Parts: sequence; C-alpha cells; structure tokens
Amino acid sequence: MIPELGHLALWIALGISAVLGTLPMLGAARNRRDWMALARPSARWIFALVALAFVCLAISFIDNDFSVLYVASNSNRSLPLHYRFTAVWGGHEGSILLWLLMLTFWTFAVATFSRHLPEKVVARILSVMGWLAFGFLLFLLMTSNPFDRLLPVPADGRDLNPLLQDPGMVIHPPMLYMGYVGLSVAFSFAVAALIGGNLDATWARWTRPWTVAAWIFLTIGIALGSGWAYYELGWGGWWFWDPVENASFMPWLVATALIHSLAVTEKRNSFKSWTVLLAIMGFSLSLLGTFLVRSGVLSSVHAFATDPRRGLFILAFLVIVIGSSLALFAWRAPTVGLGARFALLSRESLLLGNNVLLVVACGAVLLGTLYPLALDALGLGKISVGPPYFDTVFVPLLTPLIFLMGVGPLARWKETTLPDLATRLKWAAGAAIVAAFLTAWLHGGVGIVGVVGLLMAFWIIASLLTDLVERLRPVGGMRSNVLHRARLIPRATVGMMVAHLGVAIFIFGVTLVKTGEVERDVKMGVGDTTEIDGKTFTFRGVRDVTGPNYRGAQGLIVVTQGDKTIATLHPEKRFFPVTQATMTEASIDSGLTRDLYVSLGEPVGGGAWIVRVYLKPFVDWIWGGCLVMALGGLIAATDRRYRIRARQTADAAAAAGATA
Amino acid sequence: MKRLWFLIPLAAFFALATMLALGLKLDPREVPSPLIDKPAPKFSLARLDDASKTVRLDDMHGKVWMLNVWASWCVACREEHPMLVEFSKKKLVPIYGLDYKDQRADANAWLANFGNPYDASLFDDEGRVGIDFGVYGVPETFVIDQNGVIRMKHIGPLTAEVLATKIEPLLERLKKADA
Repeated sequence: MIPELGHLALWIALGISAVLGTLPMLGAARNRRDWMALARPSARWIFALVALAFVCLAISFIDNDFSVLYVASNSNRSLPLHYRFTAVWGGHEGSILLWLLMLTFWTFAVATFSRHLPEKVVARILSVMGWLAFGFLLFLLMTSNPFDRLLPVPADGRDLNPLLQDPGMVIHPPMLYMGYVGLSVAFSFAVAALIGGNLDATWARWTRPWTVAAWIFLTIGIALGSGWAYYELGWGGWWFWDPVENASFMPWLVATALIHSLAVTEKRNSFKSWTVLLAIMGFSLSLLGTFLVRSGVLSSVHAFATDPRRGLFILAFLVIVIGSSLALFAWRAPTVGLGARFALLSRESLLLGNNVLLVVACGAVLLGTLYPLALDALGLGKISVGPPYFDTVFVPLLTPLIFLMGVGPLARWKETTLPDLATRLKWAAGAAIVAAFLTAWLHGGVGIVGVVGLLMAFWIIASLLTDLVERLRPVGGMRSNVLHRARLIPRATVGMMVAHLGVAIFIFGVTLVKTGEVERDVKMGVGDTTEIDGKTFTFRGVRDVTGPNYRGAQGLIVVTQGDKTIATLHPEKRFFPVTQATMTEASIDSGLTRDLYVSLGEPVGGGAWIVRVYLKPFVDWIWGGCLVMALGGLIAATDRRYRIRARQTADAAAAAGATA
Repeated sequence: MKRLWFLIPLAAFFALATMLALGLKLDPREVPSPLIDKPAPKFSLARLDDASKTVRLDDMHGKVWMLNVWASWCVACREEHPMLVEFSKKKLVPIYGLDYKDQRADANAWLANFGNPYDASLFDDEGRVGIDFGVYGVPETFVIDQNGVIRMKHIGPLTAEVLATKIEPLLERLKKADA
C-alpha cells in the first residue's frame, strides 16, 4: 500500500504543478488576482506531496520491502539501518526524487519568504518553478518510477553500492542537490523579470540572498564530495577532474560570477543583461550536469546504470527549458538598457574582469568535459583528457583572478585611478611577497610553483587586511572609533571578506599539498618499516574482520616519531559478497599541519601487502577553506538589508537611480 | 544589429544540444589513422617499474606486439583494464603499456591495485612518444608487426568484441605470415 500511496502523491503533484505552471502566469498577464492567488497554496501542496512520496520510499527501504524494484536493487537485509535510509538516494530513481524534493522545497521557501514582493512577481516566479517541477515529475513518472513493483518478490535485495556506504555519502548528495536546485530560484527570478520587464536594482536585491544560499550549499556539497573521494577511493587524491565533479564545479563557477555580478546590478544598476544571462546559465549548467551524469554519455567513476530513454527525455527537457529561456533573453534583454556608466578602471570593470575569468574557466571545464564527448559524436572514439589538460588551463586563469580579488574590494565604484590603488596596495604587495618567500624558506622545497601559490594566498590576506584597516581607520580618523566602526561594516562586506579568506586558506592548502606531499607504495611484511619525514611507519600485520554486510582484512600500522607513538592506523580492505565488490578503506590520522594517510593495496603473499603510505601536508586546509567560504556566504546572506520591506527597497532603488 | 549579439547564447546552446543528441547515439569505434601501415616512430623510454632500464623500438624487432596507451588519471582506462588483464592471461601477444603524462607513483599504485597486464610499461611523463604515435587521448591501442609497422590502431577503451573480432584475427594472420 505504502508504495502506491507515494506513487499516487507524485501523480497528484504533477497535476498541481501543471496548474501552478499556467494559471498564475496567465493571471499576472491578465491582471486576474484570483489566478495569481493560486501560486502560493499550489507551491505548498506540491512540496507536501513530494515529501510524502519521499517518506513512502524511505519507509519501503526501512521495512525491507523488496517487492519494490528500486528497494530490491539498492538495499539488503544485512545493510545497517542508517544506510538503508540513505540508500533512498543511492540509485538513479531515488536521486531524481531527492532532486525533486529539493526543488519543491525551494519553491515552498520562495512562496513563504516572499511576503514583501509584488504579487505579480511572486506569481511569475512560482509559475516558472512550477514548470520545472512539472518537467521533473514527468521525467520521474515516465522513465524512472521509484515505486515500480517487482514480482515475484525476491527474498533479499542486491545491496547498496559499497562506495556509497559511508557517512560522507549521507550528506553529500542532499547538499549538492540543494545547491544545484537552489540555482533554479535565481533562474526563475530572472525569467520572471524578463517576462515582466522589471529587471532593475530591486530585482538584483531580491535575487542575491537566494543565490548566495544556493552557492553555500553548492560549496559545501562539492567540498564533501571531494573529502569523500579522498578517504573512500583510497588513492589519496582530492580532485580528479572527473566529469561528475566537473558537472558540479561548472555551476559553482557561474554562481560565483553571478553573486559578484548581482552586487554590481544592485549597487550601480549596471550589467543587467549580463547578470540575467548568468542566472540562466547557472541553472542551465545544473541541468546539463544532471544530463551528463544521468544519461551515461560520459564514463566516470560515478557511472550509474543508464537507459537511453532517460537521456533523451532529459535532453528534450534541457532544450525546452534552456532554449526557451535563452530565446526569451534574446527577445527581451536588448531593451533592458545599460545602466550607470563606469570608467575603464573602476570597481565595476574589475568585477567584470572577475566575471569574464570565471566564465572562461567554466568554459574551459566544459570543453574538457565535453571534448571527449564531441570526439565521440564525430565518431573519433571515447577518450579522457584528464588532469594534464585541466591543470594547464586552470593555473593561468586562476592567477589573474586572485590578483583581481585583492584589488577589486579596494577600488571605488564608477572610477578609480591606478596611482591611488598602487599607493594603497603597495604595503599589501610587499607583505605578501615577504610572507610567501619566508614561508617557502621555512617550509622548504616548495619550488617555483609553490612560491606562486603562496604568493596568491598571502596576497589575498594582505589586501584583505588593507581593506579592513582602511575601513576601521580612515585617514584622519580617531583610534577610539575602531570598535564603533567595526560594527558599522555591513554584514555583506564582512561575508565577502570571510569568503575571500576562505579562498586564501584553500589555495594555501592546495599549494602545500601539491608541492610537499610524499606518496610511497611499499611492499611490507610483518615488522617492516618505512620512514617519511622522520616518522616511522611499522606494519604489524593484518587480521580478519567481519562487518554487518562485508568481510574484510584490517591492517595495523603504528607510526612513531622518536620514542613516541603518534598514531595507530587501521586501514581496511573490505569485500562485499552481495555486490562482489572490494573496497579500500583508508585510515587517516588528521592534523592541522599534515595528514598521515595509509591504505592497503594488494596482498603479495607471505603475510606481506602492498601498502600505500602518504604524507599530505596541510590537506585539511583545502576543505577548511571551502567551509570558511561557505561561512562567508552565510554571513552575507543574512544581511539585514535583504529583510527590509518592499516599498523601502523600491524607494531606495528609485533614489539610487536618480542620483546615478 | 545589436539584437544579434543576444542570440549568441541561444545559438551556442543549440550547437551544444545537437552534439549531446549525437553523443547519445554513438559508440566508440575504430578510425583510420595516418600511421596505419607506416613504420612505428622510434622511441627510447625508461620502464615504469624500473627507471634504470630502457626500452627501445629496436628491442621489439622480430616480434608482433601490442602497445596500450594508458594513465592512472584516465577513467576510461579503468573501464578497459579488466578486459586487458583477462586478455593478457591468454599469452597471445606481448603487451606493452605506454604510461602517458603520468606520475610514476600514481601509475605503479594503479597497477598494484587493478592488476598488471603488461610485459612492461614505458614511462612517457612528458607525452613526447605519445605525440609521435599520434595519440588523441587515452586509452588507445596499437598492434605492431615483426617489421615494426603499425598494423592497427584502436581509439578508446578496448572491448571484448574488438579483442575477439579484430585484434585476435589480426594476430593470427600476422603470426601465419611469419611462419
């Protein structure tokens, strides 16, 4: 019964989303208040129904209802309870249901937190989101129904993919999807504004907190995915330029550009058509990512079972959604106007530079991801381009981007002069150079690449400090005012500073890992030792272990420095009989300045194993930097200005427009 | 005129969509290479497992052999690898690997993890030899005859079908010609 209930809920949600997609939109065009009033209740009902369907599927998993095909394919009686719950999104059908749940949640959130928006705007936004929900519901019901029954009922299920039986996997997909789908809000705002013709500073102010919220989730989601790859795949790598990773990275790059561009549109009423294009691109890339992952056109470590019908459906959906929104853009954007003028060197032009670099970076990732597919489409075979391409392309793009990150926040709107910027930033530049060389010298052996990386990290920090000092102690200001002035800095600015600091931490981590990591693969018998950087790793042998749904071998490696034991590591090799898969569980001793990473390779006879012993300096700073970036986003998104009532913001925008 | 600029995103998107639509339909297949029936380019490379030993093209003279271009960063290689390991157990032909633009430690770890089908792997960290062989991307496989002439090239992961219907018959023919 329960699966049927969930199935029915999805059909009803489909019907309501069709209503939401049409009536409020028509109502806004014809000034029918009764039609527009349908938008909010419909949005709430769709969310409630999809949530009900999700709960039904979760119950089927927890109850081991193997008469449901999807449960039988992704679960097993011996699977622990918490993984039976997370197995809900362990396969294709459930992933799409989770995606849909997130989409309807964002729709619900827009319906709830839009009291200050004009009725017509809300009706249009929710209508666009209703269309998206309709498309995904149709996709789910037509090609990937998670509630399909299986007869005869099997005695046991085929088990969850062992790669996904991991705590990181519990929160990685929901976070990532929240980010992916969250970009649909900015998209819907953009499309609604194009239709309504009210693309202005107020629009940008409404869009900003939603975009930042989606960006926060995307940032955390990507960081979690990277962390998961680091300890679960057993290679000690943290980013593989895998198509699925790229699919999440591209929307992130564009969302980052969008956040910066929205700031210009809000403050200066410029870049309007560019901003709206970025809003469309961000969500389009989310959809494209879904297509690439779900249709199986690209091979990847994440490959899921594929069905050509699904690929065709998503592609058709992609063409309708992206094609129509870009057509709308081509039709309406030329009438938007240019907004306030700015000089060749100004904060606007620097932010435009940042935008162009981010979009070019995204284009480079897209090219690297699709180039293999393009060759395939031309009949030239399937290949991977891999990290050599991405590393070569990315560093030259990142360097100017980081440079602009230091200059941009200090530049004045409208017009700024080079001598002024140079005077204000000379100390920052000097301090960054000194700090970079000093760190390189103290740390040792980082090479030229390392110095460049450190220079970038310290440049961000030094220019941030300059900015902070200028804000706290303006020329001729009083020292006693410092605390008072600190409170006056807007939260959005504090958020920006924190997020930029996160980038510095991230770059610092990447630089020191790339230049200082030691990776050693050694054959080790019982009692053998290997030494890295003064730390002795002793292999004490392997014992058998049994888990709830796997058998395994657990190694014992003791790490000593001098006479002191600094870590005891238990790397495992696990065999999952149901899926016939072997998994490597690395054992990691994490620290602020280094990770000791050990994983088991293959047994080579006589109790000896190939053991991978890695020393990863400052690797945790990579994810720490991402979390600091996300924290910055959180601070910025909660700025009080976004909660001010509509009339005030509209007045302020009009005033800003008049003075500009 | 200005309006046309705003059509660029739409046009770019349709070009992309067309490619994706084609991508849904097509499978990897063999393509003619300008190097087919030409002498293999000369090379001299260190072995992956032992940097002190060098392998040269001339060392292969007089035997039919297979060159498989791979890398530890290549996802498609992981797909073809089990097939290659199985194939190597048949001992039909010596298989040499060309480890393309890779890190030595990564590559050795990769082989330790997934099995080593190669008689030896040549370590081409700068990709020079790969370029001489006209490698588009990884993986690619070449069959080279007794006289050092490239007889076949396969782009993309090997499949059981390609091995059974193309490579094995070719090896038979080449060996008969020898006898």
